[in-house]
This record gives sequence, structure tokens and C-alpha cells, in this order.
Amino acid sequence: MVKINWKEVKRQKVLLLLSSVYVIYGFIFCYLPLAGWLMAFENYKPKEGFFHSKFIGLGKFKQLFLDDGFIRVIRNTLAMGVINLIATFVTAIIFAILLNEVKSRGGKKAVQTISYLPHFLSWIIVTGILHDALSGTGIVNDILVRFQFLKEPINFFAHPKYFWGIVAFANVWKETGWNAIIYLASITAIDTALYEAAAIDGAGRWARIKYITLPGIKPTIIILLLINAGNILNAGFEVQYLLGNGLVQSVSQTIDIYVLKWGISQGDYSLGTAAGIFKSMVSIAIILIANEMAKRAGEERLF
Amino acid sequence: MEKLVLHKKKTSLVDKIFVFLNSIFLVLFVIITLYPVWNTLVLAFNDGTDALRGGLYLWPRKWTLQNFITVIHKNNLIVGAYITLSRTIIGTFTALAANALLAYIVSRKRFLFKKQLSLFWVITMYVNGGMIPTFLLYKSLGLTNSFLVYVIPGMVGAFYMLVIRTYMTGIPDSLEESAQLDGAGDIVIFTKIISPLCRPVYATVALFCAVAHWNSWFDAMLYNRMNSNLTTLQYELMKLLSSVTNQSTSAESMKNTVAAVTPTSVRSAATILTMLPIVCLYPFLQRYFVTGLTIGGVKG
Repeated sequence: MVKINWKEVKRQKVLLLLSSVYVIYGFIFCYLPLAGWLMAFENYKPKEGFFHSKFIGLGKFKQLFLDDGFIRVIRNTLAMGVINLIATFVTAIIFAILLNEVKSRGGKKAVQTISYLPHFLSWIIVTGILHDALSGTGIVNDILVRFQFLKEPINFFAHPKYFWGIVAFANVWKETGWNAIIYLASITAIDTALYEAAAIDGAGRWARIKYITLPGIKPTIIILLLINAGNILNAGFEVQYLLGNGLVQSVSQTIDIYVLKWGISQGDYSLGTAAGIFKSMVSIAIILIANEMAKRAGEERLF
Repeated sequence: MEKLVLHKKKTSLVDKIFVFLNSIFLVLFVIITLYPVWNTLVLAFNDGTDALRGGLYLWPRKWTLQNFITVIHKNNLIVGAYITLSRTIIGTFTALAANALLAYIVSRKRFLFKKQLSLFWVITMYVNGGMIPTFLLYKSLGLTNSFLVYVIPGMVGAFYMLVIRTYMTGIPDSLEESAQLDGAGDIVIFTKIISPLCRPVYATVALFCAVAHWNSWFDAMLYNRMNSNLTTLQYELMKLLSSVTNQSTSAESMKNTVAAVTPTSVRSAATILTMLPIVCLYPFLQRYFVTGLTIGGVKG
């Protein structure tokens, strides 16, 4: 351990000077907005500013929780967050395991390269393509009608019951190949001697997957679940904003869209900030709970 | 795995079925991944009015470049492309430099405040002020309606910093120590000794930043909506897409139909042009993002 003394400080003056730039920058762009949380406890008026707006305590939070719209928005955010998390996790793991079973190197490489493609497309493009594919005249309706699954085309975006499924599919389509990268890397790290021994003992493919591959990537799965659990509430913006429309807004609106709508468009900064604080608190709580659960189960954890 | 090949003769029927089903599954996966993009490509190269007849699946029926010509004559898309390109280049370069230098500082074992400075940034990954306070801050700093909002606030990102830091920690201290004996200061050690060794991880972070910049639209909508000279390509594309879905029977689209381009075909052409640079580049950069994800994800 380096002791803090004048000589050492002098020797590290370049590092210290540079660090101070980063501290100032970080303070302004990452920590100063936290001071804005004060607005949630005020009836904030831009004209009066932070220091002169009327302090109203928890009034805005009360208003939020009395609003049925906000309760619905919480439900939508959590539901889509959990559905997307599970759907993208399961598909990525299955895809990684199945791809790993492919013997041909060229085939494996080609499939993997193609699987990354959607990750690099923006949500604007992905939702644009989805709109085309699922519209009344799109390919999906075309196939369903042609093979007589449907009598007549459905506009999938007009029915609330399809929306969560569409969002989950969009996430799966975009991220499966990308998310599989880490699993494939950790499958490669499994000792091949284990597979050889199992094969000699007569273990079939399923047994090898079940007793060697899955346990081998379990630590990776848990770490990634922990990291992503904290993001459950953050995952609810772009897709829902771009795919949502008036007909499905009861299931499509998320906390972030609510903040955008009330905070930015309607100018109720206090209400928007209160909703944002609620979201941050829930996120942190989810991370801590998930971490604690992993600790109890004797698994990997974040901290 | 090689030894497994020895047991190949014993492959049971179940194994054969597995291999067969697995191939079918992966082929289906590839089709589902590629087909939507392929279909957009077909529409983009097909005559607009002809496309209205439907039935276009695998190959254009009536070839034309008219859709692309219409797109490159749309002023807002050209301005958007210019802004996006500028922010991608400037934003990637500044972010890489800023994160690399910060990672260098916190990865020095001799540095007095390495733990505190790391923590200071790691906290920002979990706690942030949220949309409204951030918006008001940028407004009061004069960052709204300005190009700088794309570059300055997102310059340092704790995740990128951690990825580079992990890589730097793996570089032997002896390199730095011998340079110090030769009288090299931190700036020289950073630029001449550590950075050249970090090229792979720099490439990874640059790739992640560049993709994020190229695909961003929300900051354009939130901060620069009022100034059409500053909006990004993806935002302009979104406006194009939503105008088509909402008013496909409007007077403007009728006018376009006469000119043999329809909103749908123009939209496909714009989509193709927007994804083109990334789609052409990413296959060659695979090893960088694979290593980057493995460092960042596993050691987090």
C-alpha cells in the first residue's frame, strides 16, 4: 500500500491532475443530475427554479400511485422486462449449446456470423422490418392465410394481446446470436477430458449436455442473470416506443415512456422525476435482492 | 474433442436424429435471421408501383435504382447521414481516448486513489439522475440544440473503462518500471508503452462506441428535435418510417406513386443504405467483439 505523503503526491502529480479532470467531469454529468431529484419533492416551476419552487414533500409520489395509468405502466415494464429477460436468456443458451454440437467448422462459423447481424441493426430498422412483416399484407399473414391457419389476415399491432409477445420476439431476433457469444466462449473453456470420459462411459449427447455443458456454463449464466436483472426496468423503452400505438397503449407504455410523456411533452418535470426515482429505486432493489439470493444459494455474485 | 471422433462408429440412431434435427433448427434460424433483411433488399431494388401487386419474396421482379436515387435526393437524410458520420467518427475517437486514459489511471498500482476513482465511476453504472434532471442539466449547460450533446456527455462510460482496465491489468508491471527508470513520465508510458499493447481492446471498445453512435436516435429526438440540421440519420429514418405507416394514403404518397416510387419502396431503400456500412464491416471485426465481450462479461 502506498502511503499518502507529500513526496508521493508530488511524484504522482500528473495522475492526480488528470484524475481531477475526470472527477469534475463525472461530478457534472453523472452526479449533478442526482441533485435534480429534489424536483420530485417540489412543485417545480422552471421560472422559480430549484431553490424557490414550493416544497410539497411526497405529494408527487402520491399523485403517481393514485394514477391507474402509472400502476399499469409499472405492470407493463415489469412484465415485459421479465418476459424479455427469460426469453433472450433461454434462446441464447439453447442456441449456443446447439451450435456447439455442430462438427463442421465452416458451418459453425457461417451460422455464427449471420447470427450477429441483427445486433448491429438499430431498433429503428428492426421495428420497421417487424412492422412490414406483421402488417395486414405482410409475410406472416401471407403464410398464415396461405396455409389456412387463419381465415383472414390480422393486424397484429392492433390487438393488445399480441404486443408483449411481439416485443419478446423482437428482442430474441435481435440479440440471440450476440448473447450466445459469451456462452460459446465459456463452453470452449470446459475441459474436453470431461467429454471424453463421459463418452467412454457411454453418455449420449443429451447426457453430456445435461451433466457437463450446462453445469460448466452455470457460473456464466448466473453472473449474466445478475447483471441483467438490474437492467430489467431499463429494457423497456426503444422497442415499446417504436412499436406502440394508440390501440395497444394500455400494454405498451413503460415507465420511461411515461416519464417522456409527462415530463418532457407535458412539462410536469416534478412528476417525471418522481417516476424516474421510483424506477431507480426498484432497479437497485432488484440488483440487491438478486445478489443476495445468489449469495444464499452459494453461487457467483456481483459484490 | 478430437478423441470423440474415435467413437464416431458407435453413433447411435438417436445421435443421427439429433444431428439431423439440429441442422434443420440452425438452417431455420439462419432463414429467420436473414430473410427479413433480404426481403427489404428485394423491395428496395424493385419498382415501387409494381411492388404494390405483392408476391415479392426472393427476387426483384422489375429492377430499378429509382428508390435509391429518390433517397439520396432527400435532403434531410443526407444531412442526417453527415451528422451521424461526424458523431460516429468524433464520438468514437474522443470516447476511446477518454476511457483509455481513465483506465490507465485506475490500473496503476502505485496510484494513491485508484480504488476511490474506480468506485466513483462504477457507481455511475447503477445510479443516475434519470431523464428529466439530465435533460434540464444539458439544457442549462447549453448542450441542447448543439452537436456537442452527442459527444460530450457520453464520453466516459464505466463499462468501457472497466473492459480496458481489465486488459491493462494483465500487462506486466516490469514494462512500466523499466520505462520509469529511463525517466519516462505517465504521458509517455501511456501513449508509447501501454497503448500500443492495448490495440485489441481499443479496437473492441471503438467498435462498440461506433455502433452505438451509428444507431442512436433518441438523443437526437430528445435534445435536437428543433434543429433539423443536427438530427441523426436513424432519427430521420424513423420519421420516414412513421410517416409511411400513418399516412400511406396522403396526398404526398399519391404524388410519389405517379413517379413509380412508393413510400414503402423508398423506405426499404433508406433502410438498406442505413444498415449498409455496419453490415459490410462487422464480419471482419468479429474477433474484436468476441474478445471484448468475454473480458467485459465474465470479469465484469
